[in-house]
Formats: sequence, structure tokens, C-alpha cells
Amino acid sequence: MQTIAKLRILADAAKYDASCASSGVKGRDSLGGKGMGSAEGMGICHSYTPDGRCVSLLKILLTNFCIYDCRYCINRKSSNVQRARFTAAEVVALTLDFYRRNCIEGLFLSSGIIQSSNYTMEQLVEVARSLREDHDFRGYIHLKTIPDADPQLLALAGRHADRLSINIELPTSQGLQQLAPEKSASGIASAMGDVARHIDEARQEGQAHAAQKPVSLPGAQRARRARPARYAPGGQSTQMIVGADGASDAVILRTSSALYTGHRLRRVYYSAFSPIPNASADLPLQAPPLIREHRLYQADWLMRFYGFAHEEIIAPGATGMLDLEIDPKLAWALAHRQHFPINLNRAPKEWLLRVPGLGGRSVERLLAARSVRSLRLADLQQLHVASAKVLAFVELADYHPRPGALESAQLREQLIAQMAQGAVQRRHSGMHLTAAGQMALF
Amino acid sequence: MRAAPYGAESGQALSVLLDAPDDFAGFRQAARALLALGAAPDGVHWRWNDTLATRAAEGDLFADGKLSSAQDRVLTPDALDLLVPAPGRPVHIRKAQLAVLRDACCHRNPARFALCYRWLWRVQRMPQLAGDALDADWRDLERLAHAVGREIHKMHAFVRFRPAQDASGEPLHVAWFEPEHHIVRAASGFFMRRFTNMRWAILSPDCSVLWDLHALQWAPGATAAQAPGPDAGEALWLAYYQSTFNPARLKEQAMLREMPRRYWKNLPETQAISALVATARSRTGHMLAAMGDDPGEGEAAGAGEDS
Repeated sequence: MQTIAKLRILADAAKYDASCASSGVKGRDSLGGKGMGSAEGMGICHSYTPDGRCVSLLKILLTNFCIYDCRYCINRKSSNVQRARFTAAEVVALTLDFYRRNCIEGLFLSSGIIQSSNYTMEQLVEVARSLREDHDFRGYIHLKTIPDADPQLLALAGRHADRLSINIELPTSQGLQQLAPEKSASGIASAMGDVARHIDEARQEGQAHAAQKPVSLPGAQRARRARPARYAPGGQSTQMIVGADGASDAVILRTSSALYTGHRLRRVYYSAFSPIPNASADLPLQAPPLIREHRLYQADWLMRFYGFAHEEIIAPGATGMLDLEIDPKLAWALAHRQHFPINLNRAPKEWLLRVPGLGGRSVERLLAARSVRSLRLADLQQLHVASAKVLAFVELADYHPRPGALESAQLREQLIAQMAQGAVQRRHSGMHLTAAGQMALF
Repeated sequence: MRAAPYGAESGQALSVLLDAPDDFAGFRQAARALLALGAAPDGVHWRWNDTLATRAAEGDLFADGKLSSAQDRVLTPDALDLLVPAPGRPVHIRKAQLAVLRDACCHRNPARFALCYRWLWRVQRMPQLAGDALDADWRDLERLAHAVGREIHKMHAFVRFRPAQDASGEPLHVAWFEPEHHIVRAASGFFMRRFTNMRWAILSPDCSVLWDLHALQWAPGATAAQAPGPDAGEALWLAYYQSTFNPARLKEQAMLREMPRRYWKNLPETQAISALVATARSRTGHMLAAMGDDPGEGEAAGAGEDS
């Protein structure tokens, strides 16, 4: 089979993995090297497909042959998709060619399980090793890890890869048992723990190394201690499928929260279960729940950047599902009106972060400005955050919400109507004012 | 009465002539001298040479009549320094603020240098203004800098190199890119660090840059016709782009937000978009229909047509 035909099959087979991140590695370039590649902290999205997803890495499977029969997976044993297998050399050549064209940040390599977990993992590691050692490739490498592979292979994978991931697949072990009978929740958890331990050790060694300043005698060449070995400096991530089993949003967020605190994951990706060709009859017959996925990502951000605990986002005893009509921060504020309005001139940062419609950067700017003077309504307008959603929950030197507005039983419906109107106005105005156009106003 | 050290007080405005549209070093040097002289922003006009273009076209720089007039006294930053009798009161700003000014000066907006200078002049008079993140001038500067930062990021993302050869037959990777702002210089270091061991060139309408494995070389602007066309290897990239798209999750708006149409003509993969969008619904419909039927009709079965 020609390379291009294999590429079609093995890219198609890999596209259900949501992650394409190439961030988290800083200060690597090709100066003084023989090969090419760099990583400067922020990943780059080199293209976007019409599904709105970014193309940052060459995301492919080494092979889509698989001995497992996970119901949700297009590559399961019982599916009749066409099968293909790349050699390690083919993947290396494709990665280097796309990279040279500046189409990608690097490689995200995964694989169906062939022969055994160890054999499969060895093949994945070999691709990464060849890129790093034979070609001095300094771009990004993300390896999907086979949970029950030998821990020594995991250790080796982390030497070459920038990020490792093990998919938790489903939010509960019952779901996993039902839909992926050959996989074990405890095996996945213990592999994640191993990776987390390796990452911690490497980070501590790196810090210790940076702290120790070598002493040189006058006139001697500057002494350099050998750098400690790297281990997945971009951390580890995982993916959960949403909507393939019966797990509620509360269960999903509880699982994510445990992953962030327990194994210090960089990211949990949520993948709305998508209809696949040759789907198993055990699965829901429906379009993917994209809005639910979106709300889960918003809730995830509240946990990671806004100081919310998972049980605050979905109160125990409620339906266990996120409100699809409004974002989770607004939903929380509406359910906790007794804490509002927030005085933007006096409230501490953690309370500013709880105001619906205020993002982290706006909060930083408000904090900086209020340290030199008092904030007024015009400042929110200047920041373009003076929306109905924000104004319902804040007070300023020259602004207070209408008496009784916060207690009104209609507040939720009013805000939904005003937000819809705002969206229509933005669409009609062409949405993006250019910076030049805005400047002419002043 | 002592003669004014520069023309503004005699009704004559002062024009500063910078070396290039993105000459931040020159701006900084000139601003330092002007602040020491106490020059009010209204009396200072900013002009610049187009990168690498001859000064013969200087007449065009007066296109905006308000900016300058024939009576202006035109000085370079070096000449301005000679007018400064003693070092002035320095203006202290944070490193991050300096970076915002630097980026803002790459914007195409003709008022960029005037805005930077006005803000610095106001900070000199009222130092607490430096901490006011919501000051209108500062927010304008941040908007300019944000647009420039985004364009630099998009250039890092959307430059597409194609293999070619130079005049002496050496391999050379060449790209054509049309940036919205004066960012080619600011964006080039990234490509040098990433492709240190590969000879490459980026052509753009205003200026071109070549990495010869040792240094960045600057050249005048070019045209799209001077860049190489698609090669056989590009088919692999197109095949990847088509296959990695999931038709069940069509979200064109999300794509357009991050990859606006003005970039499309220089991105080879965008030629596939209309067909992918047009067939997405029917492909998804077939998948959903097939879920109830005989599983033999799946779409991926036809993916590798030449196996």
C-alpha cells in the first residue's frame, strides 16, 4: 500500500482523539544542533479543519489493527474498517516532511494494540527514539501510552516524548467494563500514577540542578554539571468520552477533579461521542452532544483557573447535569445571589473571578487600575465587558444594580434574552472592529 | 528670550524620520530626546522610510496632510540627540509595558508612534498613570500590540515552505506570506531558531528575508509569482488535512474565527474546505443510518482506494 493510502486510513483512525496540544515545553531550539525543531512554550495551531479543531500535530496511529474490542472505537477488532500499518521509518519521514513545510509542531502518535501491549509500546518508542537520536528532531512529540506496557517502556517513552497521555476513556469503571471489557480502570490509574511519579522526579532533579551553582577555579573552564534526564516536560493528559455511557456531568467533573489533584494532569479532554462508521449496536444513535461537551470544558476551566470546586459547579442533589442554556459560572451566580453584587473596587481577586462574564485577563486589568484610582462604569466599557451579564452582578463607584433586580425571579430569562440580542447585534455589526477603527473614536 | 531648542514653539512642527516602518529602536532614541526637551506630542510628527525602499519616494509619506507639512524641520533620532542639552528626567515603565510599545510600533496604523509618544509624555508628567491599565491611550496601545502579536503568531503558523533551489542549485525552502502589519522582522527569529540547519526564504510584499545558515539577510519585497508552486509532496499534506476532519462535528464558524479567509489563498489545504463542508452532512447521515443497518456500509472502508 502506498504511503498516501496508509496516511488516509491512519489519520482517519486517529481523529477521534481531541488533544492536539503542543504546549508546555520552553526554551528548545535548533541552534547548535544538526536537525530542526523548536518549542517555545506556547504551542502553535498550524491549520484548522471545518470541524473547528486545530491542526497542531501530525496525529496518526502507527496501525489500526487492534486485538481489543472497545465498543466506541472505530478500530475495534469487530469493526470492518480497512486496516493499515506504518513502519517506524515511514512515520519519521512524514513527520520530518510536514515539519519542514511548517505544517506541524510535531507528532502525536498512538496505536491499536497488536501482538501485545509491550510490543506495541516498543514500536511507538522506536519512532520517538529515531526522531530524537537519528534526526536530532527538536519539535514536539506526544505519545499515547499503552496502560499495561512494561514500566521500563514507560520510562523510555518519557525520555523522548514531551507529553504522554493515557486515555481514561470513560468517567466510571463500570462504563469502562461495559464498553471496553479488555481494559481495566485500575491498570489505567496505576500507569497514570507511574507517569506522574516520573514527571515529579524529573522536575525535582531539574530544580536541584538549577539551584546548584558549580564553583570554578580562576582561569579554569566553566564547570558544567550534566543535566538530569528529561521526562515528559509537557506533562500528561487524558481523554474522556462524553455521551457514550450514562455518566452524569457531576460524575464526569468529579473524575476530572480527582485526576487534576491526584495525578496532576495538565489537561482532561472531553470528547463528545461521535457517530463512527461501523458503529457497535450498543451505542446511542444520535448526533454528538457538542453543547454538552462545550459546557464541560467551561466547567473544567472554572476548576482549573477560577477557583471553583467540582461540587460547587454542580450542587449535590441537583439533576447532576450542567445547564445547557447558560454557562456554568452564570448558573452558579444565579444560584448564589446572596453573595452579589460584588464591589469591583473592594472585593478580593477570588471574588472578581466569580463574576459571570469577567475573564482572568479582565480581572488582572481591573486589579491593576484600581490600585491607582477608583473604578467606574466607563472602565468596564473600555474593557468591552459592560454586558448585561456582568452588570447584573457588580457595583462600582458610579453604578449599582437596580434595587430588587438581583432577587427577581425573571433574572435568568432576562439575561438569556439580552445575551441573545447581544449576539445578534455583534453578528450584524461585522463582529470584529479593527483596532484602527476603534482608535478613531478617541 | 532664549531661542526654542526645536521648532515647535515658533509655530514650526518637528518631524522625526525613522529608519523603517517598525523602527522601534529609533523611536525609543527619539522619544528619550523629545521627553528631555519637553516636546509636546502635538508638535511632533512621525515619519519613516519604507523598509529597504529608496528615500526617493519620500513625497508619498505626506499622504496624510495632517501629519506633516513642508515647513517641518525633519530630524533623524541621531540628529535629535545632538539637540539635547542635558539628560532629562527618565520615564520608568515596566518591561512588559515596553514590550507592548515595541509590538504596537509594528502596526500599520499611521498614528502608532504618535500614540506611543503621547502616552510616554503623559506618564512623564503623571507617573501614577503608568499603573492605570484602563487608561484610554494605554488600552489603544494594547489593542495595537494585541493585533500585532496575533499576526506574528499567525505568521509562525501559516507560513508554508515549499522545496526549491537557489541560483547555484542549493536546496532552499521558500514561502510567500502577506502580513497585515510590519512584522516580518519581528517574526523571523522564530524561523531561524526552528530551522537553523535549513536554508529558507520568506517573501512578502514589503520585504523578504533569507536565512543562509549563518545570518538573516534582508531583501526588498517580492511578488507571489516569485515563490515556487505546489510540489508532489504537498499531496500528502492535503490527504492528511482531509482525513483528520470529523464530518460529524461540522463547526465552520469556529474554523473561520481562527483561520479567517484572508489567509486562505496562501494555505494549500484550504482548497479542500468547500468539498469537506459540502459532504459533511451526508457523510454523517450515512453513518447514523448505517448504525441501524448492516455494518458493511461504513464510509472508511473506501478510504484507501489504491490498496
